[in-house]
Amino acid sequence: MTDQVSASMKTTSVVDEAIQQHGVSRSELIPILKTIMMRLGFISPEVVLQLSQKLNLPSIEITSVATFYRMLSTAPRGKHVIQFCESAPCHVVGGNQVWQAITKTLNLQAGETSADHRWTLITTSCLGVCGIGPVMLVDTDLYGNLTPEEVPHILSRYD
Amino acid sequence: MAFYRSTVLVSVDPVCVEKGAYELIDALNDELIKQGLIDEVRILETPRLGDPQKFGPDMVVYPEGTHYTNLNYYEIPRLVEEHFIKGRILKQYAAKMQDAIDEELSAPKSKEIRVVLRNVGVIDPRNIEDYIANDGYQALGKVLTEMSPEEVIQVVLDAKLRGRGGAGFPTGLKWRFARQAAGDIKYIVCNADEGDPGAFMNRRVLEGDPHSVVEGMIIAAYAIGARQGYIYCRAEYPIAVSTMNLAMKQARALGLLGKNILGTDFSFDLEMRMGAGAFVCGEETALMASIEGGRGEPRVRPPFPAQKGLWGKPTNINTVETYANVPQIILRGAEWYASMGTEKSKGTKTFALAGDVKNTGLIEVPFGIKLSEIIYDVGNGIKGDKKLKAVQTGGPMGGCIPASMIDLPVDYETLGQAGSIMGSGGMIVMDEDTCMVDIARFFMEFIQEESCGKCVPCRVGTRRILEILEGICEGRGKEGDIDTLRSLCAEIKENSLCGLGQGAPAPVVSTLNHFLDEYEAHIKEKRCPAKVCRALIKYQIMDGACTGCTVCARNCPVSAITGERKQTHVINQDICIKCGICHQVCAFDAITVI
Repeated sequence: MTDQVSASMKTTSVVDEAIQQHGVSRSELIPILKTIMMRLGFISPEVVLQLSQKLNLPSIEITSVATFYRMLSTAPRGKHVIQFCESAPCHVVGGNQVWQAITKTLNLQAGETSADHRWTLITTSCLGVCGIGPVMLVDTDLYGNLTPEEVPHILSRYD
Repeated sequence: MAFYRSTVLVSVDPVCVEKGAYELIDALNDELIKQGLIDEVRILETPRLGDPQKFGPDMVVYPEGTHYTNLNYYEIPRLVEEHFIKGRILKQYAAKMQDAIDEELSAPKSKEIRVVLRNVGVIDPRNIEDYIANDGYQALGKVLTEMSPEEVIQVVLDAKLRGRGGAGFPTGLKWRFARQAAGDIKYIVCNADEGDPGAFMNRRVLEGDPHSVVEGMIIAAYAIGARQGYIYCRAEYPIAVSTMNLAMKQARALGLLGKNILGTDFSFDLEMRMGAGAFVCGEETALMASIEGGRGEPRVRPPFPAQKGLWGKPTNINTVETYANVPQIILRGAEWYASMGTEKSKGTKTFALAGDVKNTGLIEVPFGIKLSEIIYDVGNGIKGDKKLKAVQTGGPMGGCIPASMIDLPVDYETLGQAGSIMGSGGMIVMDEDTCMVDIARFFMEFIQEESCGKCVPCRVGTRRILEILEGICEGRGKEGDIDTLRSLCAEIKENSLCGLGQGAPAPVVSTLNHFLDEYEAHIKEKRCPAKVCRALIKYQIMDGACTGCTVCARNCPVSAITGERKQTHVINQDICIKCGICHQVCAFDAITVI
């Protein structure tokens, strides 16, 4: 079996499972997309097509939702997703210096994915843990009280 | 439920677990069994007590509130003997009160009154019995057995409770509109899409006292006649989501949610919906669009949600804090609630205190307290005892209140007159080293990114404002910029569809009003008085202070610093990128910013 065929089969089974988990309903579109996002890493054109048929929705509606929310992406994301908090409480305690250190260490700007698909760097609105700013989220690991010096050490823990 | 004389909360923060929190719990269990105290002392796991790096593994013993830190499991027999048998505090491990604070929520300060936060950090949020033991669901019982829906609305009206989402609309009135709206199917929604930077009051309530929100929502549902409710929580709060889900499950199991609540003919159930990362979804019409599964874009009001909300049905939307107030108002009476606060703003308000203040974190204070009392009494003053410059309230659509006005009482009207808003309760304290133009630029960057793009004034207007502010910060400010900013701000405020656009100009307008001199210094003199804007500052090495140690030269990333050992060094301004590293590494304070 070629890789392409197996990838396509995986897409189909992920889409079907997500629909089964949440139900065939217009109001479940966001939970369905989030589940697919978690499994496949992005909302591919094929996912949109399949959802359109299976939920009986125009594909433009699915694309419009998939491109609206920050946690959904129509472009492939890296193995690790860094979400950096760009909110004011983090900003006033030195967030910008930490941000500079991250962009420098990874050689990425906001919204970019590294060529080796290891990292995706995005900014996020407040994560609500302002007591320990500046804050970033690497996948699901939260790091607080960050300093620019710590950034390379933290990132080196991820393969 | 069983009665315990003591409760021990052990922190199972990941760092504490790594440092042996579970060994501690096992040892404690074994020793309590051995001493025959296991029926008298209850052990609970809690997500976090203090700074785990500094204190872990740690635990707090209630009712005394003794915080034991840096414990070892082999010390447990001694601790049990001293504390639980002899009743003496084991001083060796007991932290000093001021050390033993939660980073987010410390013991109440003298000027605080806790209503919404009363249970947070005190009860076990994952056990409904703890909530019930603290008057939980009593208000619901009273409402369902003794009060008509109209009477409930009247009590909320008499208490003068106002929406804690920021706009401050009378909650009772909102409920009445939804009750009077035509139609059999009505919905209740809790707005838990807390997205304002620096605001995390709702998260702590959801995580620390979830049942107060559930109870408040059931009472609201009874009052307006709804059978179904939704909690819309942002996906950035996974712990809040799981705690709420558990709370709903427990309430359902006890017949507090679902069919025939408490044996009456009133039925109501709740469902959790999650966002997917869009700030604008905190706006009520955008939030409803998102629950329905679409793009979270706001729509024109009227019709208001009370007339046409979710799926076109009458819907009541309140925020977490509003609902959490309701059970206490029902139990303790409208008069009690209305005795706190100012004439038009009653009760208490939670704030997330952040920025350059010594005690950051959550507070709950009665309305009418002065900003200065919040900063200096509750917040303990400015970090490093610097001078206060301004307080930013109300989140990104709020304004900056200058230090000269901090004796104003905090209520909806006064903050509005001062050019800011109450908002959801973010409060960022800024010291003298803050550049107000940079702050305005920063907020505008946030807003223009979060603008959903539906209407032109907000989408394009905030972009234009941001470009002008960036220009000013980078030394490209020109005559007329201030006038352009003012007219843009007025247009955006006037013509935007939703609260995000209408509030977007506030950070610019308020800084223009109170800190015009800083804008002028940037534009006319190309100078940043707070020495923040990189393009407008210069690093210089002071002759006499420099010892010629070469640290700065070795650390300069662009080799802009030259000089012989033991000779005064010089920065080549043409090469310098103003990164500030030399300033940080100099041990002799020989580098100044001008």
